Parts: sequence; structure tokens; C-alpha cells
Amino acid sequence: MQAHKSNNPNVRRALQVFAVLFWPVTAALAGPPGQPSSSTSVFAPLSTPANSIFRLSLFVLAVTAAIFVVVASLLVYSAIKFRKRANDDGREPPQVYGSNQLELAWTVIPVLIVVVLFLTTARVIHGVQDARQPPGAIEVTVVGHQFWWEYRYPQYGFVTANELHVPVSDPQHPTPTFLTLLSADTDHSFWLPRLAGKTDLIPNHPNHMWIDPHQTGLYLGQCAQYCGTQHAKMLLRVYVEPRADFDHWVHAQRQPAGTNDPADASAAEGRRVFESTACINCHEVAGTVANGRFGPDLTHLMTRDTIASGAVPNTPENLRIWIQNPDAFKPGSLMPAMNLSDQDFDRLTTYLLTLH
Amino acid sequence: MSSDAIPIPSSIRLSKEAEGTWLETLHSWVTTVDHKKLGLMYIGYALLFLVIAGIEAIIMRIQLAVPHAHFVSPQVFNRMFTMHGTTMIFFVAMPILFGFANYLVPLMIGARDMAFPRLNAWSFWMTAFGGLLLYFSLIGGDGLYGAGSAPDVGWWAYAPLTSPAFSKGHSTDFWTIALLVSGFGSIGTAINILATIISMRCRGMTLGKMPLLAWLNLVMSGMVLLAIGPLTAAQMMLMIDRYLGGHFFDTQAGGSATIWMHFFWIFGHPEVYILIIPAFAFVSEIVPVFSRKAIFGYPVMVAATVGIGFVSMSVWAHHMFTIGMASYSNAFFVLTTMAVGVPTGIKIFNWIGTMWGGKIRYGLPMLFCLGFLFQFLIAGLTGIILSAAPVDWQLGNSYFVVAHFHYVIVGGILFALFGAFYYWYPKMTGKMLDETLGKWHFWLFLIGFHLTFDFMHIPGFLGMPRRIYTYEPGRSWEIWNLIVTLGMVFQAAAVLCFVVNLVRSYFRGVPAGNDPWDAWTLEWATSSPPPAYNFAVIPEVKSRRPLWDIKHPEDPDWKYE
Repeated sequence: MQAHKSNNPNVRRALQVFAVLFWPVTAALAGPPGQPSSSTSVFAPLSTPANSIFRLSLFVLAVTAAIFVVVASLLVYSAIKFRKRANDDGREPPQVYGSNQLELAWTVIPVLIVVVLFLTTARVIHGVQDARQPPGAIEVTVVGHQFWWEYRYPQYGFVTANELHVPVSDPQHPTPTFLTLLSADTDHSFWLPRLAGKTDLIPNHPNHMWIDPHQTGLYLGQCAQYCGTQHAKMLLRVYVEPRADFDHWVHAQRQPAGTNDPADASAAEGRRVFESTACINCHEVAGTVANGRFGPDLTHLMTRDTIASGAVPNTPENLRIWIQNPDAFKPGSLMPAMNLSDQDFDRLTTYLLTLH
Repeated sequence: MSSDAIPIPSSIRLSKEAEGTWLETLHSWVTTVDHKKLGLMYIGYALLFLVIAGIEAIIMRIQLAVPHAHFVSPQVFNRMFTMHGTTMIFFVAMPILFGFANYLVPLMIGARDMAFPRLNAWSFWMTAFGGLLLYFSLIGGDGLYGAGSAPDVGWWAYAPLTSPAFSKGHSTDFWTIALLVSGFGSIGTAINILATIISMRCRGMTLGKMPLLAWLNLVMSGMVLLAIGPLTAAQMMLMIDRYLGGHFFDTQAGGSATIWMHFFWIFGHPEVYILIIPAFAFVSEIVPVFSRKAIFGYPVMVAATVGIGFVSMSVWAHHMFTIGMASYSNAFFVLTTMAVGVPTGIKIFNWIGTMWGGKIRYGLPMLFCLGFLFQFLIAGLTGIILSAAPVDWQLGNSYFVVAHFHYVIVGGILFALFGAFYYWYPKMTGKMLDETLGKWHFWLFLIGFHLTFDFMHIPGFLGMPRRIYTYEPGRSWEIWNLIVTLGMVFQAAAVLCFVVNLVRSYFRGVPAGNDPWDAWTLEWATSSPPPAYNFAVIPEVKSRRPLWDIKHPEDPDWKYE
């Protein structure tokens, strides 16, 4: 959006007044640029869609704050000024039934405000929603599941889960990421407050959105449409990387796992457990017999920082607890507790730890 | 009427023996078709559910006071927000407003009862039965498949979460049928209020001389008639999907999840105005009496209400800005939503115009109305913020939205309702509500409300979505959630004061007399409480303020209207 370069001095003044009035609040919310107090603040945008929304928000907030100041002052003034006094003579005040001039004024002025707000808003809607996909954009298909995220990279031919990697987009040479949003079951919503507004993932109703992160780093968010028991722990993690790192990551993700049999016997034994139990009904490990699609792809599980859709760090202990009793981290998650012997749990965990 | 006073029926005090046994009393209430008794039953029933749904809110707030709390399981939390929302909208707000409408409309238009007294009783019992059905799900929701007990699909129950694949057991069925049944009750009440206002007004009361409360309830009833239909249809389709192999919303078989959203919000948004318009009605009656002035701009107030009624029918998809509608569809709903703010703003200006130049008495009804005006102003403005679709892409479904609509419903509707209680309780019972307890109620509730709902906006800005049973630490959400939970303590204490006041004043309150507020509409021209037949003689009016004309024969309203 290129609106609000603020050629209009009144608009600029209103924004300045607003910024001064609400400085403590905005400062608390946004913090210094690049170092917000909250990793999910909508007031610390680092991508074009989020930024144009942020600027529109400031404008709308300024207008509504101005309306509030005017109307609340009138209200407070009349409430105090026209209170019944102690020395009241007991007579009724003059009865006034209305005023056509006033009614006209407080109809026309709000209508004008609405026109301005509407046009400004429509411009941002168009700018964000109707943006064309430039050549060289990264395409990712996001599939919402109860209660995790599947990421498909059709340009590169691999699938991963829960941790999205995208390249940073230099405004001079933009490499935005265009997302196609699908759902495998119920409605979900994809919300990364610092990168873009949310868009829902609805079964039978493909949606689209785009991001062009201007800074590298880890961006957080979470599912924003109630999708069932564990809606709260359907967390979003987006890793924005320099292009070279991203390409390196893509190259690694495209390799099948388990092409070399694990060196140590315990891991080989673990792979046997994995491939002979219900694990393979839901999970895929590329290059093995495990080709389930119901749960997250585990081919490169150990390249991820977290498990259970961002609920806990990916450590050997957490992995073991998760397999043994998923309810310990995410009560109500659809992963069943596997009834295996302690020895098999150890072997299985050892095998998973080899999935780099 | 002439400037003679309206004859007031003497209040009837029955001797102990004549009152009958408690069984006879109970029988008289269960079988009653009297609009006043039905109105009181609506109100009592709604207050009961208010306390239940309030407890559900308390459970949620305890769980959310700190991150990663384990006060309740995710399953219980999801049931709590579903039941809280469903109960508050369908079994608290609607019945309590219908209750006041039932009680007040015939009295204020000088009628002896509603147009269809039996339909009135039927409507009440349908609504009551719906509420009981919803809560029976706590016992009966398991069904053959086990799984759920109370519904856990959220109060708007988006498809396909309600399909048998994702909602096992019968919890969703209880939700669906409860709303279906109470919906029939609402339609009955709407027809009844419409018919009453159109055909039962006393002599001289043209449409332009009706009290605003009657006008606003007329518009509200028309909206109920239009809005409940789509909800009822959607519930039937959902049941066909669940039990007869239909695929309306069954996405696995090619059904559409978005169709449910449209059906629900075509009901759901007008519903908000169905609730707020009766609240406007209370304020439009209380503010003039306590400012000692006629309502400012009566015809404009009527026009603005009718305007809200029309425009609010075309704003529903602003609940759906994130579902991927085309940019021009989004723009259309931005425009209609912003436009509905204009007539709403006009109403606020006219209330201020009414206070302007008056001699405002700060009795409890007026205090609550002042709270309403201030908070509804903010609620309307946060609504304008959310109406800008791109802003809604960020803030929609976040705690900002939760704060916004609680500002409307609690800060607006509930404050106006409390004002209405303090204003009309003397008419309904013949006793004044206690002033000291009332002040405690007002100030505690005001503090609690602002602690909870002012600070609830902030986690929305910070990216906290609604309907999560717990949240991650380290996102600066902790302190705000703690404050929000703290405010709830004040609100609970305030409601306790209110309930105690209602009960205590009934037995020990100061006798109110017929017209404790020196008011101007017809309900104050009969005894408190009014007899079953309301008026000894059907009154005749010449202006909007018949009692003003009687009290000021030298300066009657009908000279100017």
C-alpha cells in the first residue's frame, strides 16, 4: 500500500497527535523497531501486507480516537454542566424537542468520515488481496490438520511439517512467498501477526495469501480459528533465512532419509519397530516403507527445533515422552499413545534421532 | 385524553387465606397467560442463566490467569466457552429483553395484555425448554459414541466441526435442538410484539406518539422475524447432515463450510442489533426522565432505529473477512458496516442532546445509563476499527474482538439492563431497590468491567487468538490476562450485590408508590405492581408524554408535537 504518504497535512497532524497521546501504549506494544516486547505484536510489522495493515490501523485508530475525544467531551460536559444543583428551584427545565440543523450536522459529518475511511480501507484491501505473484516467488501449500501444519513445496517436490522456512525478501529484489491454504479436516486460520493478517484454511475452499519478510529471524503465530480440542497448541513457526541458507535447507529436505542403514544396532532395531507398528499408518519417512499421510512427515524430523506443532522443544527426552504419552504435552491430540515396551521406546527414539 | 388524571386502580392486597396454597400459586404461574407474569418469568429465568454462564466465564478466566495453567482440561475449557456464549446470547440476553418487552410494551401503549396471550405463554415455555435442553447435554451428550457431553463447537459452531466425524456423541445435537426450539419461541414472541404494537395501542396513540421503547421493540421484533429464519433453516440442514445423510455442510462429501458461515451470520449479526435495540429503548426512556426533558429528536431517533434495522441486515459478512472472499465483496461489507455506524452515532448525539440543558438527577438508573453511553461509544468505535477489513485480518478472532463485543454486550446492553432493573423494579414489585447496595453494585461493576474489558483489547494487539485454553509464556500476554481475570472478581462481587438487592428489596424495600421517578409514560399511571387488567379505564393520550400533559396542564406536549 502506498496510501498515507500523508500529503494531507490534517491527516499527518492527526497521526502526530495520536502518536503523542498514545505514545506510552504504542511504545509498550511495539517497543523499539526490530526488538518488540512481544514476538507476535501487530504493531511491529516486518512484511508488506502487515505493514500496510499497520499504517491503515494507525489511521483508523487516529480517526476513531478523535471521534472519541469529541463525543466523550460532549458527554462528560453535559453530564457535569447540566446536573441538578443543590439550590435547584424545583421547576422543570425548558423542554426542547429537537433541532433539524443539528440532526443534519451529525448525520452529514459522520457520512463524510465513513466515505474517507471506506476509500482508504478499500485501497489497502486491493493492495494486499489483489497483488500479483511475481516471477521467482516461492510457492508453499499449507494444509491445516487437527492440530498441526503440513507444508508442501511444489516447486521443490518435498513435504515438511510445522516449521515453515522461507527466504528473506529484499524490497529491491523481492522474493515473496505465496501460500495456498487448504484444510484436511476442520477450519483453521493462518496468522503471523508480524508478517500478514490471518487467512482461514477451509476444507473445499482453497485460499491464498502472501508474505515478504524483510528481516531474517524466527516469526511466531498460531492457529486463529477454533479447530477442536488442541486449537491452542497448533503453533506456527516461520524461519526467515538468507537466500543461501534457504537453498541449503531446501537441498537437505529433498534428500530421502534412511538411505544408509543406521550404523548402530539399536537404531536399526528402532527402525524395525517403527516400520512394524502403527507409526507408518500416519507418518512418512521418505525412502522407507513408511508412507502415511495423516500425521506429520518425519523424514527430517531432527532438523526441527520443536515437536507437537511447536508445543515443546525437540529433545530426546521430549520425543520419548511424546511417543509414550502424547497427552502429556497435548491432551486431546490425535496421536495415539503407543503401548510398547521400555526397550522398544528407547530403540524407537534412537531411530528417530537419526532422521537428520 | 382530557387533562383529568387517569384513574388508578387501587393496589390489591389479598388476605393470607385468599392467596391460596403454594401449590395453587405455582399453578397460577405455570398456567398464566398474563404478560406481566410471563415477563417476570422470562427475567427470572434469564437471571438464573446469567449466573450459570457467569460461573462458566469465571472458570475460563481462572484457567487463563497464567500461561500453561492446569485448572481445567482443554476439553472442559472448550465446553465452557461454547456454553458461555450460547447461554449468554440465547438464554440470557434474548429472554431478559423479551421479558422487559413483554412486561412494558402493553403497559406503555395502554393495553390490557399482549395481542396473543396464549402464544406468549407458549413462546416462553419453548424458550425455557430450549435452555433446559442445552443444559441437559451435560448429562445426555455422551450418546452412543461416547466422547462429548456439553457442546464444544463454539457458539457459532462452524462446519465441519459439527459433522459426525468431528463431533461424536450427541453434544452438537443438544446445541442444535436447543437453539431450534428456543428459536420458535423467539419467533412467537416477535409476532406477538409486532401484533400488539400495531393493533393494541390505546386511543390517541398514533405511531408517532408511541413511547420510543415501543418503537424500538417494534423494529427489534421485525428483525427477529427476519433473522431467526436462516438460523432455524441452518440448524435443520445440520440435523439432516448428521442423521439423514445430507451433505449441506459435509465438506468430505463436497459440502460447503462457508455456506454455514453465511447462514449463521445472516442471523448472527442482526442478532447483535436485536439485543442492543431494546437496550437503546431503556436508555431512551430513562435519560429523558432523569434529565427532566423530552427526548431530543424523536422522529430522527425512530428513523435511525429503522435505518439500523435495514442496514444491519446487510453487514453479516464482516464476520467473515478472513475466509477469502473477493476483494470487492470485502469492500462492500466494509462500506455497509461503516454505514451502520452513522444512525448509531445519531442516537448517541440525540441522547446527549436530551441531557443538554436538562437538570440531570443521578439516580441509579441514570448512573447505569451514563455508563452505557460512555462504554457504548467506545464499543462502537472499536467496531469501526474492526470494520476496516485489513485491520480485521489482524484483529479478527483475537482478544481484541472478544473485548469489543463484550464492550457492546456487557458495557452496553448489560449496563442498560441494570438501569432498566433499577428503573422498573419499583413498578414490577411496588418496592424501591436499595440505594446503598445499588451504589456498591454500580461502582464495583464499573471498576470490574473496565479492569476486565479495557485491558482485554491489548493481548489482541499482541497476537493472542480467542478460544485457546492456554497460551505460551514470553509473548507479553501474561500481565494483561492476569488483570483481566482480576477484574472478574469485582464483577462477581457486583452481581452478588445486585442479586441480594433484588431479593432483599422485594421483602424489605421502601414502598415505591405508583410514580417514584415523576415519569411521563403510561406504565406510571397505574398501581405498582399493576393489577392483572393493567388499567382501570383504558387511557387516552394526546402526546408522547401523557403524564407530562396531566402534570403540566399549562404547558402540555400536544401543543408542540
